[in-house]
Amino acid sequence: MSTSITGRSAVDELPGPDGRGPLHGDGAGTGRLGDRLFGGAATASGIFVIALVTLVGVFLVAQAIPALQADQASFLTSREWATAGAEPRFGIVDLLWATVVTAVIAMAIAVPLGVAIALFITQYAPAWLSRPAAATIDLLAAVPSIVFGFWGLTIAGQYFEPVATVIDRALGWIPFFAQPEDGPSAKSTLAFAGVILAIMVLPIVTAISREVFAQVPTAHKEGALALGATQWEMIRTAVLPFGKPGVISAAMLGLGRALGETLAVTILLSSLNDGAAFSSSIFSGGATFASKIALGIQEANTATSTGALIAAGLVLFVLTFVVNAIARVVIERRKAFSE
Amino acid sequence: MSTIELEAGPRGGAPAPAAPPSFAPKSGPRALRDNLARIVMWGAFVLGVIPLVWILVSTILKGGSMLLESQWWTNSQAGITDRRVGGGAVHAIQGTLIQAAVTTVISVPVGVMTAVYLVEYGRGRLARAVSFMVDILTGIPSIVAALFVYALWVTTFGFQRVAFAVCLALVLLMIPTIVRSTEEMLKLVPNELREASYALGVPKWKTIFKVVLPTAFSGIVTGVLLGVARVMGETAPLLVLGPYTPVIVTDLFATNMATLPTMINQSRSENLQPALDRVWGAALTLILLIFLLNLLGRFVGRFSKVKS
Repeated sequence: MSTSITGRSAVDELPGPDGRGPLHGDGAGTGRLGDRLFGGAATASGIFVIALVTLVGVFLVAQAIPALQADQASFLTSREWATAGAEPRFGIVDLLWATVVTAVIAMAIAVPLGVAIALFITQYAPAWLSRPAAATIDLLAAVPSIVFGFWGLTIAGQYFEPVATVIDRALGWIPFFAQPEDGPSAKSTLAFAGVILAIMVLPIVTAISREVFAQVPTAHKEGALALGATQWEMIRTAVLPFGKPGVISAAMLGLGRALGETLAVTILLSSLNDGAAFSSSIFSGGATFASKIALGIQEANTATSTGALIAAGLVLFVLTFVVNAIARVVIERRKAFSE
Repeated sequence: MSTIELEAGPRGGAPAPAAPPSFAPKSGPRALRDNLARIVMWGAFVLGVIPLVWILVSTILKGGSMLLESQWWTNSQAGITDRRVGGGAVHAIQGTLIQAAVTTVISVPVGVMTAVYLVEYGRGRLARAVSFMVDILTGIPSIVAALFVYALWVTTFGFQRVAFAVCLALVLLMIPTIVRSTEEMLKLVPNELREASYALGVPKWKTIFKVVLPTAFSGIVTGVLLGVARVMGETAPLLVLGPYTPVIVTDLFATNMATLPTMINQSRSENLQPALDRVWGAALTLILLIFLLNLLGRFVGRFSKVKS
């Protein structure tokens, strides 16, 4: 069984055993009634999926436009979020900042760690440990987001306090790493939300990297070893170059997940006060697109306040769309090389 | 090339190298780096396992005692406030299971048929477009799926936020998982089986229905179970579309339904011990449910007739 936890696999796009590409029917339909019905139903399902994604886009756009027209501030450059009243003013700068910062921190931790774990599973682990190790990391994906958030806030968060102090002492001269005077406790900061996100996307990065590393041709590896390379040199010269596009697409898919992750972030992050000055520190609070929507939709009672949140959701949709599309392009390109 | 050079060496009288030049036995910095890398990889694995073990242990320690009480499995939270001990989670367990079942019933036909289309019928542009859209759907954040259903169900149609709307959002998240895993299984079915069936004069649709799908059946079931496990833990759609309710609700269209994630979310904000206990109890129940589905999925996968 090679069903990956992300539901997609790097081998999807490779040609089948008969040399046909993945997307070629065999043309064996015969135009009998049964064939036409069944084939029609299959095609209809495919078209339904296309329609579904299109509808998501159309509905979000249609509902966001009235709110965007009512917006008195610039949606793309304003930091405000006041959607009540006759003159709503809202913009996404703060949301975008918090979303990107948490996701980048998550990737900075999860990608090296995930690649190392994937290397461990495919290259280093003794045979008896390899499968259980992979299954164990996969189990991490089975822990629900809300449990991660609650665990982070009530249990793991307190141990992040000293880590934050150390980072502040060592790198505090850079505003990005400085702990603000009146900042929230370390467990409610963007930095810690990023750490928890890293744990959550770790199984995705590991699973996909693992799959490509396992596909490295044995001839490459044995060639390197036969030339006298140590195991690490073999990995550096044979495994990593072969797996690079796979790792990039794994990182992109993980990034897509980190950008849209909702509950854990919502539970952890402390929101900023209205009108608080912009802080470029990772040790300040904030709200991501997803957490803003999750918190705001409960109280949204006017068309404008709902529309503003839907507009934010639209930006998130576009953001993840772009990231996933890049991942897809990278995989396609790898295919061109491996054939 | 290389063999010629090797032969040319001695024949030309050139002195053969006494020892391979630069590949001295692993020593010094090279051996050090190799060992260092090995330690780093082992360390990374241990580091990755720590959070999993930590979460499991703390959830079991804090929530385990709740699950051992019989009323956890028989009572709801009706009439019980955050200050009071007691009550159970049966309303939330039931809600989670009902919603997962409804979501599965809607997603499986669409997902499996889409996969059949991609593998057996699809060609050209439309197939490419479908495949691309499935990818987009795979990456769609759960909160965006919820927002879409909110825009459709509440804002456009003016309906109430009911349990069925949650199911619709979950369908959106489950379809791509099913399509991808089914697709993978269908591709593993050997072409000889299809050709043998055609040679006997069996129409294509019957071949797919009676030969291809049954061959891939256990693999498809595994994919579905893993998909169910994934949507069960989703909380964002529940938060947007299905607020918590402490009583047992079985009607999907009447009102909102309690689920384990919303039960956690409801009780977590109170700093009262009975509520916190219930949070951990519900968390443990949810994790157990999801693990069970995962295990079941892998177990069914063992019986797969097609091997990758």
